[in-house]
Amino acid sequence: MANDPEEKQPSASPKDDPPAVKPPAAAGEPASKPPAPPAAAAAKPPAAAAPPKPPAPPKEGPAPLDNDLVKRYKERFGKAIREAWIDRKQAILVVAREQLVEIATYSRDEEKFDWLSDLTAVDWPKREQRFDIVLNMYSFEKNERLRLKAHTSADERVPSVQGVWATANWEEREVYDMFGVVFEGHPDLKRILLPDEWQGYPLRKDYDILTQDTAWVRENLGIESGQ
Amino acid sequence: MTDQRVPFATHAESTVLGADEIVLNMGPQHPSTHGVLRVKLRLDGEKVIGSECVIGYLHRGVEKIAEHRTYTQFAPYVDRMDYVAAVSNGLGYCEAVEKLLGTEAPLRARVIRTILTELQRIASHLFWLGTHALDIGALTPLFYCLREREEILKIFEKYCGARLTTHAFRIGGLQYEAYDEFEKDVERFCKPFDKRVDEYESLLTGNRIWVGRTKGIGILTAKEAIDYAASGPVIRASGVKWDIRKAMPYAAYDLYKFEIPTGKNGDTFDRYIVRMEEMRQSRLICLQAIENIPAGPIMGKVGKVLKPPPGEVYHAIEAPKGELGYYIVSDGTTQPYRVRIRPPSLINLEAFDKMIRGHLVADVVAIIGTLDIVLGEVDR
Repeated sequence: MANDPEEKQPSASPKDDPPAVKPPAAAGEPASKPPAPPAAAAAKPPAAAAPPKPPAPPKEGPAPLDNDLVKRYKERFGKAIREAWIDRKQAILVVAREQLVEIATYSRDEEKFDWLSDLTAVDWPKREQRFDIVLNMYSFEKNERLRLKAHTSADERVPSVQGVWATANWEEREVYDMFGVVFEGHPDLKRILLPDEWQGYPLRKDYDILTQDTAWVRENLGIESGQ
Repeated sequence: MTDQRVPFATHAESTVLGADEIVLNMGPQHPSTHGVLRVKLRLDGEKVIGSECVIGYLHRGVEKIAEHRTYTQFAPYVDRMDYVAAVSNGLGYCEAVEKLLGTEAPLRARVIRTILTELQRIASHLFWLGTHALDIGALTPLFYCLREREEILKIFEKYCGARLTTHAFRIGGLQYEAYDEFEKDVERFCKPFDKRVDEYESLLTGNRIWVGRTKGIGILTAKEAIDYAASGPVIRASGVKWDIRKAMPYAAYDLYKFEIPTGKNGDTFDRYIVRMEEMRQSRLICLQAIENIPAGPIMGKVGKVLKPPPGEVYHAIEAPKGELGYYIVSDGTTQPYRVRIRPPSLINLEAFDKMIRGHLVADVVAIIGTLDIVLGEVDR
């Protein structure tokens, strides 16, 4: 896996192994002292970000990816692989929601990404398909990670991958609980962390904590909330 | 595996005695559920034929809170997830944000982080051992374990002033320099500690009651462990030799030599043996690390206001319970757009139903104990 994404093998560790060379003692004291003293940590002043930022900004952030792995996926699934990105050395494939189960099964069996670290979602309310369903996979054999993403809207259904990885059962329930995304083919889709009678989906960006609080106080305590 | 996916209420399995099935509710207030876990058990006599975990009693919406705080402000919150291993939580979060920023802590900071995190692993395993043994009926190990854990907590207290929710690390490095006697304190704890582990083992490993209560209980094969994405000691006890500290080294783990202990049968006894051996290995890492803590700064160059460039990162560390992952999405502002925490306890607990079926009610506490869950982390 020569030029593949993700963290490198132990031998080629990205860390500066030789303990001899020290960076110049610029910040020996607790908390470095950037030349922007008035910037309180909490405030958001427009241009108060410290100038001596070590990473050159264009280096970070997503960039298109086209390596062997992506080619194999594209060969196999064609248009269902919509985009391929690399961000912070981690590979991301944006795939068609309809073929999620096929792609997941292929990843597990053929590409050996047999361990599903995590399944979650991200809400982008301004987009037409507002949710990203994010699958973080890991391969023991290659010692690599790969991230699959599928876009979906609030009314569309996402095929459940819990038949591919049993672990997805609870994680899909959590995504349903927090985002209201419905997974097609899930055997027991119900709230997991919140009570069954809970209204709304807390991790959606338009879910306002304050509104929820005032409504709860009014309903349960019969008074107006002081918030 | 197929029966696992059948919903709880419609599961069909004949009852041996022809007696009616009993549904027993265990928790959320129960001393051996290690917090507020509620388990609904379906029983045939004393045999468990199905179970369902009801969680969320300790849900505080940590992921939502993160979206309303700056990167720096959110750091102390992660300590409240796995509150018996707060240092590991902090390490994972700080490193994830550092990765997002494209920076790295200086070597000295990383070495001190490694030492503290390994001490935390020992403390977490000690607390697990004490309570796990207590659940099964061995009262004595708890006192010994807490005695040694106290030493570690004292080191934390001397280092940063807090014992449990330490907030020991900062994004970019450390806030505090190691105190004067730090190496000596760590050495004083680590030197005799292998004898202590032997002592615990002499109480349990050959003990007929202990062996009877743990051998062959809650078996998880390697295939099942992978299917359920179990991690940490749980997957290693099933024979998968995988440790993120070796596979994708972070902090300063690439500088030190240590072994990855594994089990064969994936039962409660093997998980016990794996964790005992892990404590010994953690001790060795600490001893190697204090020999030469490199000089230099402890804080890297990160601004006071953190504004990671837009993008995302998934960073996982080997916490005492397993893979603790942070998936952070940045939109270029001072607050994270999304923080997803992949808690090892939650995912390991998911395999509980698989492990308990066919065992007795008394084994429920053994299996909850062997999974080493912390409900603060399960519910977040």
